[in-house]
Amino acid sequence: MRRFWHEYAENRVALFALIVVVCVIAAALLAPWIAPQDPFDLAALDLTDARRPPGTVGSSGMTHWLGTDAQGRDLLSAILFGLRISLQMGVAAGAVALTIGVTLGLLAAHAGGWIENAVMRVIDLQLAFPPILLALVLVAILGQGKLPLIVALVAAQYAYFARTAYGAAAAERQKEYVEAARATPLSPARVVFGHILPNCLPPLMVVATVQVANAIALEATLSFLGLGLPPTEPSLGMLIANGFPYMMSGRSWISIYPGVALIILIVAINLVGDQLRDQFNPRLRR
Amino acid sequence: MTGYIIQRLLQAALVMLAMSALVFVGVHAIGNPIDLLISPDATQDIRAAVIAHYGLDQPLWRQYLAFLGRLLSGDLGRSLVFNIPVTELVFSRLPATLELALSAVLIGAFVGVPLGIWAGYRPDSAISRGIMAVSVLGFSVPTFWVGLILILTFAVNLGWLPAGSRGPTVEVFGIGWSFLTLEGLSFMLLPVLNLSLFKLALMIRLARAGTREVMLSDTVKFARAAGLSEFTILRHHVLRLIAIPLVTVFGLEFGSTLAFAVVTETIFSWPGVGKLIIDSITSLDRPVMVGYLVLVAFLFVTLNLVVDLSYALLDPRLRRGGRAA
Repeated sequence: MRRFWHEYAENRVALFALIVVVCVIAAALLAPWIAPQDPFDLAALDLTDARRPPGTVGSSGMTHWLGTDAQGRDLLSAILFGLRISLQMGVAAGAVALTIGVTLGLLAAHAGGWIENAVMRVIDLQLAFPPILLALVLVAILGQGKLPLIVALVAAQYAYFARTAYGAAAAERQKEYVEAARATPLSPARVVFGHILPNCLPPLMVVATVQVANAIALEATLSFLGLGLPPTEPSLGMLIANGFPYMMSGRSWISIYPGVALIILIVAINLVGDQLRDQFNPRLRR
Repeated sequence: MTGYIIQRLLQAALVMLAMSALVFVGVHAIGNPIDLLISPDATQDIRAAVIAHYGLDQPLWRQYLAFLGRLLSGDLGRSLVFNIPVTELVFSRLPATLELALSAVLIGAFVGVPLGIWAGYRPDSAISRGIMAVSVLGFSVPTFWVGLILILTFAVNLGWLPAGSRGPTVEVFGIGWSFLTLEGLSFMLLPVLNLSLFKLALMIRLARAGTREVMLSDTVKFARAAGLSEFTILRHHVLRLIAIPLVTVFGLEFGSTLAFAVVTETIFSWPGVGKLIIDSITSLDRPVMVGYLVLVAFLFVTLNLVVDLSYALLDPRLRRGGRAA
């Protein structure tokens, strides 16, 4: 573990990315306490403050460091709360997709026979279908809201976890320690989750990091297209969409800053994932 | 080989059947399209007549069978909003999307693969690091955001290129195309750039990962020992060895590019099928949704088939021994 961390820290970019991710998560968690304004409190908003450029001092005497949006909301506060919602959706969808996907993948690898064929055929089919289209259709069918959106994100992503878990488990099941564990009176579930799963974790960790980033991006895209969360829960994607009409008239900050926050988050998570992937790939070690 | 082809064809047909059923049932779970079609103060009789006219009073499985029968004769029904056949509607929008998607995929392949091979060949050079930085950005930054920035930079701030819509088209074979005139190209440039960035990043990554692994292999050691030039090694050995995953992804990515066009077309108001599906979702135009999804599913199944078959051509082992695995 210590060596692993040491090797990780050797890559300056990855180390910086990790620090950024931790800071962003902290900012999102602490949003209600560190945000200058409560963006959901309509009483605190003043329409005369609407669409002010960054650095303007608002009517209540506070400085809007990143400007305000069309409703006169302080953009910095809106972004902090938006991060919170975006992260929430990404992590929730990622966790559910991980659970379902890994269970399916391990089941397929362990059971073999027609179950293996049937499950993997469906998964392959799904992987060939673009996630955004699947999510789009599901959101259209299920309607707007947090739960439908999570269902759509999970449906679009679980297959990646299943594929990875299956690949790793299929390689592990040939090994002697699995045979040895099977020879003991342990239950099959115990063998799968207690013995095979831990050895499949490295590739799964990589996929999990990348998929959380993907879920956040996908959620933002859907929200941008107007098919995501309802306006009462503005994620970063919706903040960007709200600013889009004002972009042509030169008030670009309303879209730009939420977008910058979104990208910093996604790129940082992906960089961490990249480093993990390189470190876990035995073929790159000589 | 023939047996393999027949088996794959049957599989593809089965998948299509399952997909059409899924899409049909799924889409019909959404809202009630009748309320959109007739005014709220229409009498009960008119209402019943309209419902009967569109066959919405039949049980779902009957509607599906009727749909399937029409589908086999190439009829996808009429759009509830535009009142023209769905096939006609989709095909009138398809050239615009194909134009975008093809350009994007070609850029991805012909620019991305060489860059990726270079990045894998000299992983520690400054150029490679630059290439990888672009790739990480292209991979992780959402398409819609890139589109926004492109519009902001080139249309709003610099005023060089139009911010959206398709502009004038040239009629060839009765279909309007943009890429034939300079003005049309100026309208195409930003959307294509937007759509291709993701492909580019993907191709760079795959080519780099493949090259890095192949460069360590015995094949390359032997080729070097035989005194082949580095370029010949890259061109003949590395490219050939990494070709299989690249061809797969290329084929599949063409399909997903059509899907991703949804986002790009919405941002740039490009009148293609992607914008059509978003509009039909918001207006609950069921026949268009079902028709589009069935067409996309068909496209995917066909592409999968082609990719699988081209495996057999690229990998002599598969050609002789049937399917490995």
